[in-house]
Amino acid sequence: MCLAVPGKIISISGDDPLERTGKVDFGGIAREASLAYVPEARVGDYVIVHVGFALSRVDPDEAAKVFEHLREMGELSELNESNEPDSVGPPTIPERRARE
Amino acid sequence: MKYIDEYRDAALAKKLAAEIHRITTRPWTIMEVCGGQTHAIVRFGIDELLPAQITLIHGPGCPVCVTPIEIIDKAIAIAARKDVIFTSFGDMLRVPGSSSDLLSVKAKGGDVRIVYSPLDAVKLAAQNPSKEVVFFGVGFETTAPATAMAVYQAKQRGLRNFSMLISHVLVPPAIEAVLSSPQSRIQAFLAAGHVCTVMGYEEYIPLAAKYRVPIVVTGFEPLDILQGVLMCVRQLETGRAKVENQYSRSVRAEGNRPAQEIMTRVFEVIPRKWRGVGEIPRSGLGFREAYGDFDAERRFQLEDQAVNEPADCLSGLVLQGLIKPAACPAFGTRCTPEHPLGATMVSSEGACAAYYRYRRPQPA
Ligand code: SF4
Repeated sequence: MCLAVPGKIISISGDDPLERTGKVDFGGIAREASLAYVPEARVGDYVIVHVGFALSRVDPDEAAKVFEHLREMGELSELNESNEPDSVGPPTIPERRARE
Repeated sequence: MKYIDEYRDAALAKKLAAEIHRITTRPWTIMEVCGGQTHAIVRFGIDELLPAQITLIHGPGCPVCVTPIEIIDKAIAIAARKDVIFTSFGDMLRVPGSSSDLLSVKAKGGDVRIVYSPLDAVKLAAQNPSKEVVFFGVGFETTAPATAMAVYQAKQRGLRNFSMLISHVLVPPAIEAVLSSPQSRIQAFLAAGHVCTVMGYEEYIPLAAKYRVPIVVTGFEPLDILQGVLMCVRQLETGRAKVENQYSRSVRAEGNRPAQEIMTRVFEVIPRKWRGVGEIPRSGLGFREAYGDFDAERRFQLEDQAVNEPADCLSGLVLQGLIKPAACPAFGTRCTPEHPLGATMVSSEGACAAYYRYRRPQPA
C-alpha cells in the first residue's frame, strides 16, 4: 500500500482544480490519478503516484544530482578511469528471488 | 522505467558502497523509518553491501503493522454488517484481529472490496445509495492526502452513506518516541522520502538538533538508500547532526502545500496507539468536528474494547528495532504470510514478511 511510484502523465482531463485527473503511464500500464495536489504538472511530466493521487512532480534537474554526485566521487577516487556511461544500459542490482 | 532503472545501476551502487567503506572508521547504527525502504534493503541485499560496522535497524514505518488490533476488530465488526460495503487497501485483509481477519469476513459472505484509491470508495457510495460504504483509512502522511480528499469530496457531494474508519499515523512523533526511549541505540535516521514529499522536512530540524542525530530524507531505490546511508555516515564521522535531503527530485523543504491544506481541513492531530508500540502523543490524525459525520466509529457506535496481543508474537520488538525478525521463535514456523501471527508478517513492508520472502534461513 505504501509504495508510491513514478509515472509519466500522458493526458489530462478536468478543469476544476480539485477534479483534475491524469492518465499516468507506469512502464506500459496506464492508470488514472488525481492531479489535485500537483497543479503545476503538465502532460509529459513524471509524477510520484500513491493510492490514486499524484503527490509530487519529479524534478529532472534534481533527479540528475545523484549521478553528478557519483561522477564527482569517481573523479576524486579514480582519476584515470573513464567514467563514460555504458551506452548499452548498465546492469541493475539483481533482486533476490522471493522464496515462496 | 525512467526514474527507477537508473537508480538500480549495479556499478554505481558498488561505487557508493565503496565510498561508504572508505570513510567508515567506527561502528554506526542507522534506522530506516519506512517499511518501503526496509523492503528494498532486504530485497536488493543493500545491507550486505555495507561495511560490517554499519548496522541498519528497521523502524516502525509500516502502517499495516502499527494499526491497533482494536481498530482491526472494529473493521471486522463493521464489515460483517449486512448493510455495509466495506472497502480497503488489499494489504489490510489478512491482518489478524483478536479472533479473525477481514478475509474471513469476506469468505463468510461479507461485502469486503479492495480498492486502489479512496476515491473509488466515494464512487461506490454514490452508486449504492441503499448501502453504507465504509473505507478503511490507514496509512502515514502519504495516504492522508488521499483519504482527506475522499472525505472532503463526499461532504461536497452531500453523500450521507459514506464514512471512514481511520487509523492515520504520523512519522515524526514516532521518530521522537524511538529517540527518547532509553533503549535506543540509533545514531542516525533515513527519513521516509514520500512522507516528506507531502509534509516537507522542516519538522525534523528541531529533532536533529535536540537529539543530535543526522536525519537524511531518502528515496526508495537502491542508489537512493546507499546515498542516504553515505550522507548519514559522512555526518556521523565528522560529528555533524543536520537534516539533509537526498530525495530532492521529489521532496521540497515545505512539502506539498495543497495536500497539507486539505489534510488540515479534514483532520486534526490526536494521540494514537501504535500496534506493538503503545500510545504515542500527537502521533495520529482524527476527524475534525466539522467532518465528524464521516467518522465510521461514531456512525456505527463502536465501543473501545481492550484486547491483548497474541503473547507469542514479538512484533512490538521488531517494530521498535530491538530485534530482527529471525530472532522471533515463531518466525517461518508457526508464523508465515499464509498464517500470520502478527501484522509485520502480512504487509510486504512489514519486516517479518520482507525477511520471510527474501531471506529465510535455508535448512541446514
Ligand atoms: S515472525 Fe510472526 S510472530 Fe514473530 S514477530 Fe514477526 S509477525 Fe510476530
